[in-house]
Amino acid sequence: MMRVMVESIGLTAPGMAGWAAAVPVLRGAVPLDAAAVPAFKPNLLPPNERRRTTALIKLALQTAEDALVQSRFAMNELASVFASAEGDGEIVDRICSALTQPDHPVSPTHFHNSVHNAPAGYWAIAAGSRRLSSSLAAGADTFAAGLLEAAGVAMLERVPVLFLAYDYPLPPALAGRGYVDAVFATAMVLTADDGPGMMRLELSLQEGTVSPPALSAELDALRVHNPAAAALPLLQVLARGGSARLAVPCQEQLTLHIGVDA
Amino acid sequence: MVFQPLTLSAYSTVSALGQGRAATLAALLHGRSGLRACDYAGADLETWTGRVDGVEDVRLPAALAAFDCRNNRLAALGLESDGFAAAVAAARVRHGAARIGVFLGTSTSGIEATEQAYRRRSGDSGPLPAGFDYRHTHNTFSLADFTRRYLGLAGPALVISTACSSSAKVFAAASRHIRAGWCDAAVVGGVDSLCLTTLYGFNSLELVSRRPCRPWDAARDGISIGEAAGFALLEREGAGVRLLGYGESSDAYHMSTPHPEGEGALLAMQAALDCAGLTPAQIDYINLHGTATPSNDRAEDRAVTRLFNGAVACSSTKGWTGHTLGAAGITEAIFCALAIEEGLVPGSMNTEQADPQLSAPIVRATRRQKVAVAMSNSFGFGGSNCALIFGQAT
Repeated sequence: MMRVMVESIGLTAPGMAGWAAAVPVLRGAVPLDAAAVPAFKPNLLPPNERRRTTALIKLALQTAEDALVQSRFAMNELASVFASAEGDGEIVDRICSALTQPDHPVSPTHFHNSVHNAPAGYWAIAAGSRRLSSSLAAGADTFAAGLLEAAGVAMLERVPVLFLAYDYPLPPALAGRGYVDAVFATAMVLTADDGPGMMRLELSLQEGTVSPPALSAELDALRVHNPAAAALPLLQVLARGGSARLAVPCQEQLTLHIGVDA
Repeated sequence: MVFQPLTLSAYSTVSALGQGRAATLAALLHGRSGLRACDYAGADLETWTGRVDGVEDVRLPAALAAFDCRNNRLAALGLESDGFAAAVAAARVRHGAARIGVFLGTSTSGIEATEQAYRRRSGDSGPLPAGFDYRHTHNTFSLADFTRRYLGLAGPALVISTACSSSAKVFAAASRHIRAGWCDAAVVGGVDSLCLTTLYGFNSLELVSRRPCRPWDAARDGISIGEAAGFALLEREGAGVRLLGYGESSDAYHMSTPHPEGEGALLAMQAALDCAGLTPAQIDYINLHGTATPSNDRAEDRAVTRLFNGAVACSSTKGWTGHTLGAAGITEAIFCALAIEEGLVPGSMNTEQADPQLSAPIVRATRRQKVAVAMSNSFGFGGSNCALIFGQAT
């Protein structure tokens, strides 16, 4: 079992434009307006960079920013773990379309944005962080895999970590063939050391299968269409500020047990 | 706290040098590079590549047919090389399937399948072919999903995709998972396969050489792209070369150009030394990232010189295999393991006129030399850096 502290949280999803706006929705006090798609305008990127980047990169950076607003850590102190099941479908679409043309005119900007760690690279540059940064994918269980790796970095490397789980819908040509058909991103700053206002997670990974924790129909629709939204049961507990024990399915034959204490 | 070393109790390698450790060693000792003029289907570029023979002929097990693509075929070649799958089967009995994790690196996964699907559709907006399985071929997780099913493993599984440091960083992630107790052993490694995306993408950035790549050479002018698969089984106990430490860092400088003074590279190497509890003087050989672009080699040379002061034998093995991108970390980790086990330093193939502006002492031809401790460097786009240190079995 591993204990790790959640220092701050960010969230971007339909009807939940930022953690502060999401808390009453997650508590059930305000209904989810699933048609309200948030605009992405991350201040971490200068305007000229913003034009050259994609919706996925902007989604990730805006969600990072949402968590960092409330964080006591300076950005350049943070290591990072970026977890995305799908990566950047828009870039795949543009590159593979270019490759059907004579002379294969792949754009150099699209190519360097095509790496799975492009959002993490932009973040590190904006934050001035030379700490370790990982970018990973684990299919439908990308959130759980990312949380385990991020907690491992925080506790074993003794460095505060920005953990992001984020995915953006695939473009029309690829729609329905992957894991993602909805917008969702969440960020958590995780740290080994306790401090005022932090919430404690106790993580353990055990053999055995389990059904995902129950969610309202609206939130469940997000979870079905975006692997990052597997965070929702945990985010609900964190929004309510209480204690809870969650069991989250992880890679078919494992269960991630998450204990939460305010 | 000093890192508790992990043993590489089995490993396998497939690259343009051949399939398996014996073929790789024979090529190194006979001075036979795997690079050839580009003959990858559909690429009309004047360049050299490290293509692996026979990938096209691999047939996946019927139960895993959905995963069929060049990248997973190359993975299957790697899993069947050097008795690797059999060694994992034995480890599965020792540890249990759910206690062995799978941590693999790739940069482009099975993107060739998507490239082909786009070429087969009618017009610019027709539907992609019905049989095209994006999730099981191109998706970044495909490689780990395929590998864990192939090996019958049920532990934590993920793909790290940080461009050219991917399959080095898997050693760090696996080490953390084992330390945390989330698994007792780990299959680590990586696979990247030739595709038009990387050939034309690196070409668009003017980073591809028209000749076989020449790391550290005064006239070096870019990379040769290669493909490779490599795997290692990491366990706490057992006989074999050991992972002594790892170090990870970010450049925080530019998306596709390294920090000119190698700041991020230096941080990663220092972190690896700290992790292993070693001083620079205890390293016998450095397998450089050494891609053979003018700026990459210059930045790495600055970092290596600042830390090692010209005292450690260095070589880049990109002239043998090409730059295998997301598979470079594991491929070169295995060169380090071979260096330690066989007592040799691989030569820096194609380094003809060493650049007088660079200081790292480059070993030009493969030579016999005792290597007790070796470091491998891997640096990727987005400024993602990783250094690994391997040592003799104790």
